[in-house]
Amino acid sequence: MGRKKRSTPEINAGSMADIAFLLLIFFLVTTTMDVDKGLMVKLAPWTDEPPPEDNKIKEKNIFVVLVNSNDQLLVEDDYLSIDQLRGSAKDFINNNGDGTCAECNGLRSPVSSDNPQKAIISLQNDRGTSYQMFVKVRNEILGAYSELRNELSERKYGRSFPTLNEEDRSVIVGIYPQFISEAEPVSVGE
Amino acid sequence: MALIRKKKSKETPPVSTASLPDIVFMLLFFFMVTTTMREVTLLVRLKKPKATEMQKLDRKDLTTYIYMGSPKNPETYGSEPRIQLDDQLGSIGDIQSFVILKREEINEAERPKFTVSIKADIDVKMGLISDLKQELRKAQALKISYSTNPAASPEELYKTY
Repeated sequence: MGRKKRSTPEINAGSMADIAFLLLIFFLVTTTMDVDKGLMVKLAPWTDEPPPEDNKIKEKNIFVVLVNSNDQLLVEDDYLSIDQLRGSAKDFINNNGDGTCAECNGLRSPVSSDNPQKAIISLQNDRGTSYQMFVKVRNEILGAYSELRNELSERKYGRSFPTLNEEDRSVIVGIYPQFISEAEPVSVGE
Repeated sequence: MALIRKKKSKETPPVSTASLPDIVFMLLFFFMVTTTMREVTLLVRLKKPKATEMQKLDRKDLTTYIYMGSPKNPETYGSEPRIQLDDQLGSIGDIQSFVILKREEINEAERPKFTVSIKADIDVKMGLISDLKQELRKAQALKISYSTNPAASPEELYKTY
C-alpha cells in the first residue's frame, strides 16, 4: 500500500483579521459612549386652582433667588454674582436660627432660616432668562446642598457623602433635606 | 574555518500575525457591548450647558428625550428655537400626548421611574422651557432631568461667555 499523507489543506485564516476589522470599524463609527447625565428635578403635580396664599411659611425661611431676562441675579434683595450664590445659599440653609438642628454650625442669625427642615429656596426666573443661566443657578443651589451634606458627613463619619452606606446617607439627608421650588416665570418689561 | 560555521540566514523572522484576529475580536466585542445606536437624528442645534452636580440616568429604557434648540436648517423651519420629539419637530401642544404615549410603552411596575430628559441648547430662553415644564406637569411626568455636560470645576461655570 502506498502510504500517502493526505493532509487536509489548512483553511487560510489570513482574511479573518480583515473581516473582524470591518466589523470593528462599523461598531466604532456607530458607537456613542455618552451616558446621559443631568440635574434631576421633581416637578410639583399640576393643579388647576391657583396655589393658596400660604402665610404659614415665614418670610425668613424662604430664600428668594430671582433671575431677570439679562441673566442678572437678585438674591434676597441683593445683587449677587453667580460665584457668590453658593456660599450665600449655604449660609441660609445652615443658619439654624431656632437652634433645633444640633448638627448644624450656622451663624444663628435671627433674620435667616429657622432650621434646614424649614428652609426653602425659591428660584424664580423671567421668560427671557437663558437656559444656560438657569442651569448655572440651579447647579449652584444643588451644589450648596451637596457641600453641606459632605461637610456634615466628614464631621460625623469621617467620610465623604457619596461613599456612605444607605442608612448613614438617609440620616444626612434627614438633617439637610432639599426644598427647592421653581416658581412659574414672570414676564417683565412688556 | 569559515566553512565550518553554519550559514545563518540574515533575514529577520516575520512577525507572527496569527494573534491579530484575536486582538481585533477583543476590541470588536468591547465596542459591540458598549454600543448604542443613535435613535434620532438631531434636527436642532444642541450645545448642552455645563454643570457639576449632575446625576447619572442609568435606565435608558425608562427615559424619554425631548430636544430643544434652533433648527439646523432655518430655511425650512425658521430660526426660532423649536422642540424635537423623536424624529420630527413638534409644538408645545404635542408634548402631552407624546409623553403619555411613551409612558404607555413601559411596563406598569416601572412607570413611576419614568423620566423625561430635557436636552436643551444653552441659547434657549426659559419661556419655552417653562411651557414645556407646565405640559409635563399636566401629563403627570414629574421626574425630569436637565441634561448637562460635565464641567471640570465650579469655577469654570463662573466665567461669562
